[in-house]
Parts: sequence; C-alpha cells; structure tokens
Amino acid sequence: MQLTVWTYEGPPHVGAMRVATGMRDLHYVLHAPQGDTYADLLFTMIERRDHRPPVTYTTFQARDLGKDTAELFKTAARDAYDRYRPQAMIVGSSCTAELIQDDPHGLSLTMGLDCPVIPLELPSYSRKENWGASETFYQIVRGLADKERKAPPAVGENGPRRPRANLLGPTALGFRHRDDVAEISRLLRDLGIDVNLVAPMTASPADIARIGEADFNICLYPEIAAQACSWLERTFRQKTVKTVPIGVNATREFIAEVCAAAGIPVPDAIDQGRMGWWSRSIDSTYLTGKRVFIFGDGTHAVAAARVASEELGFKVVGLGCYNREFAREVRAAAEKYGVEPLITDDYLAVEDAIEAAAPELVLGTQMERHIAKRLRLPCAVISAPVHVQDFPARHSPQMGFEGANVLFDTWVHPLVMGLEEHLLTMFRDDFEFSDAAGPSHLGHASAAHAPAAHAPVAAEAAPVAEAAAPASVPAEPGGWTDEALAELGKIPFFVRGKARRNTERYAAEHGVTTITRDTLYEAKSHYAR
Amino acid sequence: MSAGPASGCDAPPVGVDGILRERGQREVFCGLTGIIWLHRKIQDAFFLVVGSRTCAHLLQSAAGVMVFAEPRFGTAIIEEKDLAGLADANEELDRVVTRLLARRPDIKMLFLVGSCPSEVIKLDLSRAASRLNTRFSPNVRVLNYSGSGIETTFTQGENACLAALVPDLAFTDDRQLMVVGSLPDIVEDQLTRLLADLGIGKIVSLPARLAGQMPAVGPNTKYLLAQPFLAETATALDKRGAIHLPALFPFGAEGTTAWLHAAAQAFGVPEARFEQVIAAPRERARKGLALYRERLNGKRIFFMPDSQLEVPLARFLAGELGMELCEVGTPYLHKGHLIDELAALPPGTLISEGQDVDKQLDRVRAARPDLTVCGLGLANPLEKEGLSTKWAIELVFSPIHGYDQAGDLAELFARPLHRRDVLRV
Repeated sequence: MQLTVWTYEGPPHVGAMRVATGMRDLHYVLHAPQGDTYADLLFTMIERRDHRPPVTYTTFQARDLGKDTAELFKTAARDAYDRYRPQAMIVGSSCTAELIQDDPHGLSLTMGLDCPVIPLELPSYSRKENWGASETFYQIVRGLADKERKAPPAVGENGPRRPRANLLGPTALGFRHRDDVAEISRLLRDLGIDVNLVAPMTASPADIARIGEADFNICLYPEIAAQACSWLERTFRQKTVKTVPIGVNATREFIAEVCAAAGIPVPDAIDQGRMGWWSRSIDSTYLTGKRVFIFGDGTHAVAAARVASEELGFKVVGLGCYNREFAREVRAAAEKYGVEPLITDDYLAVEDAIEAAAPELVLGTQMERHIAKRLRLPCAVISAPVHVQDFPARHSPQMGFEGANVLFDTWVHPLVMGLEEHLLTMFRDDFEFSDAAGPSHLGHASAAHAPAAHAPVAAEAAPVAEAAAPASVPAEPGGWTDEALAELGKIPFFVRGKARRNTERYAAEHGVTTITRDTLYEAKSHYAR
Repeated sequence: MSAGPASGCDAPPVGVDGILRERGQREVFCGLTGIIWLHRKIQDAFFLVVGSRTCAHLLQSAAGVMVFAEPRFGTAIIEEKDLAGLADANEELDRVVTRLLARRPDIKMLFLVGSCPSEVIKLDLSRAASRLNTRFSPNVRVLNYSGSGIETTFTQGENACLAALVPDLAFTDDRQLMVVGSLPDIVEDQLTRLLADLGIGKIVSLPARLAGQMPAVGPNTKYLLAQPFLAETATALDKRGAIHLPALFPFGAEGTTAWLHAAAQAFGVPEARFEQVIAAPRERARKGLALYRERLNGKRIFFMPDSQLEVPLARFLAGELGMELCEVGTPYLHKGHLIDELAALPPGTLISEGQDVDKQLDRVRAARPDLTVCGLGLANPLEKEGLSTKWAIELVFSPIHGYDQAGDLAELFARPLHRRDVLRV
C-alpha cells in the first residue's frame, strides 16, 4: 500500500477517458460502481467542455455483486449503443470491476453490436493515467487502422503531391494540447505539409481507419503516442518524428526532422518568433543563473530544462518527473545539468527536494504551484496535472515558436524584475517596498506571507512550519548569533534560503560552532558564483 | 401505475406510491466525498481511505481547488501485491497507519474508511480498527466505516461516519438535546444559541469539533436531525435509547421554526417563550427571503439526485419562494425521516428515487426548467444547451441552515437566474 494525499496521475481508466473524450463518435462503456462518474467533472469543469464525456458507467452496487453484474454490463452497453450509435466502442473495467472479473470484452462479443468493439485491459493496481491513455490509443489504432489504406505514391498523375503527416498524442484534459495542435498544424502548413489526421483529439474511428495514408507520424506527446507510433512504424513503415518542439532550439530541430521525413528541403527563412531576442536583450541579463527547479511529466520536464538552460540562461538545480515510464530520459537530462534526478510520484518528496534545492523559480504542475506558494517561491506551470486556470481562454501554446514566446512570458513574469531586485537588496527597511510584499508588478495578492511587521527571519520560518508535518520541521537555528540572524534577514527572500544553507554548510565544513556576521560573509565569498 | 403530472412538466409513469424509481447510470459521488467536509469539522481526526488510485483521485477532484493546507485525509492505495493475500494487506495497512500516526502526533481519532475495492476483496476494516486500537490506545481512537460507492451515495458517507461514532459515545442519564449532523461551525453556534434561549438546559452536537469532546448519550437524550441523510446514525442513536424528535429540516423560515418548535415542545418550553425567542430571527429570515421571492416566484426548478437535501429544499423553494417543482430527484428517499417534508410538498409533485441519467436528462430537456440543480459533471453540458444550472455540491458546502442563512440559501438559487439576465455575451 502506498500512502498518498495528492496524486499526479489518476487511474488508467481516466487515461482511457481522456482518449475517448478527445475523439468523436467513439463511446466508452466502463464497468464501474457508483461514484466513478466523478471523472466526468474533470472534463466538464476543469476543461470546461460543453458535452459530457462519451462514457457510460454500468453503476453496479453491493447488492448486484455475485448476481447479475454481467447482465448490468450488457444492458448498459446495449443502451449506450442504441442511444449514441457510435462508430466504435471501447469497453473495460475500472479498479473495482477489475476485481469482479466480468470480462466486458467477452460479454460485448456475445452481444452482436453493430460496430467494432475494442477491449481494454488496464490494470488499475499497477498502472496509472498516462499508461492508460497510451494503451487505449494504441489499442484503438491497432483495432481500427485499415491496413489496406496506405500513403499514395509521392508522384501521381498530376505530378508530385504534398507530403502528409499524422499529428499524434493530443487528448482531452491535456496541458495546452488544444493550442499546441493549432500551432504545429500552422507550422506544417507553412512548410507545405498536409495534416492527414490529428488523433486522438478530434479524430473519429473512421479517421483512424485511414491513419496509414500519411507519409510519417509526428509524436507530439510521447507519453500518449509513442507506443502507437512504434506500431505504425512497423505496420505502415511510417517514420516517427520524435523531437518535441518545445523551445526555439527544439522547434528548429523539429522542423529539420519533419522536413527530412517529408523529403523536402528545410526552408531558409522561418519566422522564429521573439523569444530569442527577448532573451538576448539587455533587460534579460538579470535572468542569468536564476536557480530553477523543474518537475512534471518526463517530456515536459526535459524540454523545460533545455529551454531554461539554453534559452533563458537559468541554472537547473533540480529536475524530475512523476511518470516512471520516462525515468530514463529524465536521468539522462539530469546528468547533463549535473543534478540528481528525482523520479517519484510522492509530492512530499518533491516538496522536500524543492526546499533543499532553494530555487528562485519553480516550473512544475499544479502540485508544485501549491508547494511553491507555501515556500514563497515564484512558480509557473509546465505540465499536467493542471487545474481550471491552466485552460486559458486565449491561444497559449507551449510548442512551436509562438509556444517559445509564451514560455518566455510565463516563466519570467513571476520573477522579481531586474532593477527591482537591486533596489530590494539596497533598501531593506522600506516598509512599503520590502521583499515581504512580493514582486511589485504582481500586486499585493502575490505576497504569500504575513505583512512586513514580522521580523524577516520569523516570517521566513512561518510558512515552513505550516507546510511541513511536525517530523520534518527543520532544527532550530542553533549556532546563529542574533547579529548574524539579523544580517541574514537583510538578504532578499528569494536567495535567503540559499544563503542560510550555504552558511550552515560552510560552518559545518570549517568547524565553526557559532555563526557570526563574519561567518555569513566568509561563506558568501567561499560560494561566490 | 398512475400518471403524476407536475407543474405542467412532462412526467413519466410512476409507481403506486407516486414515486418514480429508476435504475441505471448514476451521476452522483460516492460516500468518500463526505470526507472533504468531515475532516475539517472534526479538527483532530484523520480519514484514511483504504482504496485505489481512483479513490485518491476522486477526493482530489471533488475537493475542486485542492485544500493544500496539509489535509487530514489520505488514501492507502491498494497495489497489486496487496491483492495477493489479505494477511499481507493487513500488515501493509498497519505499516501505513503506524507511519501516518508517527508523522501526525496531533491526530486523536483515525477513521479507516472502506471503499469499493476494499469491500470487494473483503478487507475487514472493523477487525483492523480493533487491532490498531489495542496498539494506539489511549492516544488515538481508531474507528471504521464504509464510504464505498457500492454501499453509499455522497452524503451517506457522513451518515456512515456518524453512525460509527455512536456506539463509542459515553453513557449519560442527563436530560439533554442532541443536534445531529455536521453543520458549519457558525450555523451550529447560531442554532445552539437559539435552543439555549428557549431554555433547553443542555445542548450537545454530534459530531463535536474535537475527538475528545464527543457527546455522551442515553435514554434522556432527545435528538434533532439537522440533515436529512442520517438514517443509520438515527438507528444507532435509537439503540442507545435516545429519542428522535421528528420535524421539518431547518431550511428557510418555516423549516427552521418547525425544527426549533419540535425541540421546544419536547422540552416543555411554553409557547409564549417560544414566540418571544424566535420572533426577531424569524422576521430577519422573512425579510431576507423577500428580497428573492420576486425573482424566484413561478420559476420552474428540476432537481437531479445528489445530496438527499433535495426534498427539504424543494419544500422550501415551493412553500416559501413560490417556485414550481418539475421533478425532485433524490438518490435515496428515507420516507420515515421525510414524512413531514413529503406532506408539505405541493400535491402531485413528481419525486424520483435513484437515477438513469440519460433518461432523466431527456426529461430535463423536455421540461426546459428555468433552473436545474445538478452535479458538477452535468452543469456545463446543460448550460451549453441553454439551461441554467445550480451546482448541487454548493448546497452541501455552504452555510444554508437556520434563520440567518435563509436569505443566503434563496440567493444561491437566484444567482444563476440573475446572471443569465445580466450577461450580454
């Protein structure tokens, strides 16, 4: 058993729902008890979808167990077919139904439904949401792809045709999938490449049947599409474009890979957006070496680390993911940045790691947003799981050159601005303009802790005490003289944690038992970057 | 079979008792959801769900904006190896509980909460609770109940939780009034003050805000239910010799008056005293309601089943605000506790118990009510069809009981209609 409070991923059938809800004319019959319908609200509330997910829950109760749960399944499947007339159905069990072993697949075969029925085996007690989405999409593609329908010859009667690509991976409830698809579709159009289909999002089962008619596949979200892409590679000899176009450099490489797969030259002049210049402009100098902690799904975390490091000049001080399936990629990236990879789905472990790394910016999921709020650190969201505010009304992709523009804006915005940072350091005692008020452009709501009346050190300690369970409250600041503590309080909040840690480490390593003001400055010079 | 047309809405055939019973897909939460308010109500209790990743995900999703002050609930997620043998599962559970209690020495009461998977694999949580009790007594009291979807619907989780508390309550012979059902603290205080003003000497609440302060119970205890979904809790209290005071539930001016009056009569409060004590707050409630009567009068409302609050709320909306009831859906109808409520509904009101959500949505579309009270999963799809909705869960999470909340309760129903009128987009 695993004790958990908050989870990064739902159960695997929620992954299947993300696929089904993204698609059209597909229906999911889920053998599940009352209560599992909660998952509908993820789509209608968090994503504000204006239709119910295409899911029928059999809703069995205790009194049905051992009697007629199988009959319930058949009734639900029959009613769902009659009412919705889908082009295809997927059938499976949630965690409880898995235990009663009714075999939805076998049952649905005996019913003679007039549409293809694809069985899903999603082991709830060992797998999670992303795996479920990936497996579901793979089974749908395998079950519905028409092997006779292949890409037409590159040169037809009317001369050479435009190359075609499938855009694979976007689902319902994905982090900015809607906007990424729009952005990458536009990029492909500009390159002279047609989109054969986007799937799962917006595709119908009939569309999936013609998936083999593309020349190659673009695996936008490997967490969901990698497995299907590799089957398509084997079955239709379609190449897979694997570069995920997050950031300016990755988008450039993506274009090169796409052009190679399409057999067309890479165009000379492409509008690469503003991100590069914004980052090189003098105003951005202060971003140099900002310590950033990154956590999310493997793909988004690795991509964010690259953008942070290469394109913003940040220093990556922590990197991790919650989906073990992508641990290898994250480990490789972590090695590149010289940090310890953090592969865990325990948010308390993530919180501890963030506290220990003392970053100046956190890039994470909605969980890290809460952790950062508690630790009074600026934060931007880069990955699912996400909440309602991560589905903006405006176009806000993460991918492509426009996506890179968005990354610049959303990651830099939470930080204290360049000159303000200096002024905060110079004038510590201004009651209106102290670091306790938070970055001034974010207004008072951003001040994540009590008003400046507190002594700075006390104010710093308070959120930590609230946040952590008693067992993990840090030791009393033993060894600090009052004078040294006061001096520590004059250091801006966004580097104060690091200064404290460095000083204590310096003292420990140099056998200093009492930390004085001088120790603080000796440590500062010792660790000067 | 007889037809029961209501308020001009198209109604399907109903059973001989006038109630439509349906079986099919239910769009309601399971009983685990109650943990979201119960863990705040009892300030030193921890709720440990023994369940699956789905249970953890439900709690996280139903909490909406996550309660990120470290919540006093969690899930022990059953993994594949726990399914192999129950002996190991029990060992694992003990390990998880030991670790949890070590981290949270402030916890005085631990609820092991059963889920669909724990029930299906027959993990006996009552035995686990008594085993853990011998280890952690007297520092922590370990109790258990089921919040599983195969046993309970939404608010039935609170019912099961409070019922689990009752056998544990100390005995008392004192003459006292017990208010049963978790209420927002401010509302509990208001109602307790009113009851005290009536001259009822000793008033206690179940649940109390601290594990160590749970009330005692005995044959001289009379109890008022503050919530309509507490069937098992009431049965457990009856077994302890306590006496139920049947009444309307305290929603709106009339409901609150009737509820208080039941206590006043049982404790021999003179009518004059009763009138004197309630006159001012009842007048405030009436004034509060008057503000919304014009907006709500004659408007047609459809309740999808959700919290079991539907029947009392429908009675309030029809009786005190003049709304018309298209259909009053409830997941479970406790005819005994709702006898006065049912009698106070307009004759011919269509009541449905259980749910077949697709069929019920067909009825909503046919009726085109002015307002549909429904769960979070249905609201936006109905809004898209041009039907105004009210989140049912808000009625569970907001202070709505008593005189001083009557206006607020009306406002919750008036707001969606008002918003519809003001928007030009």
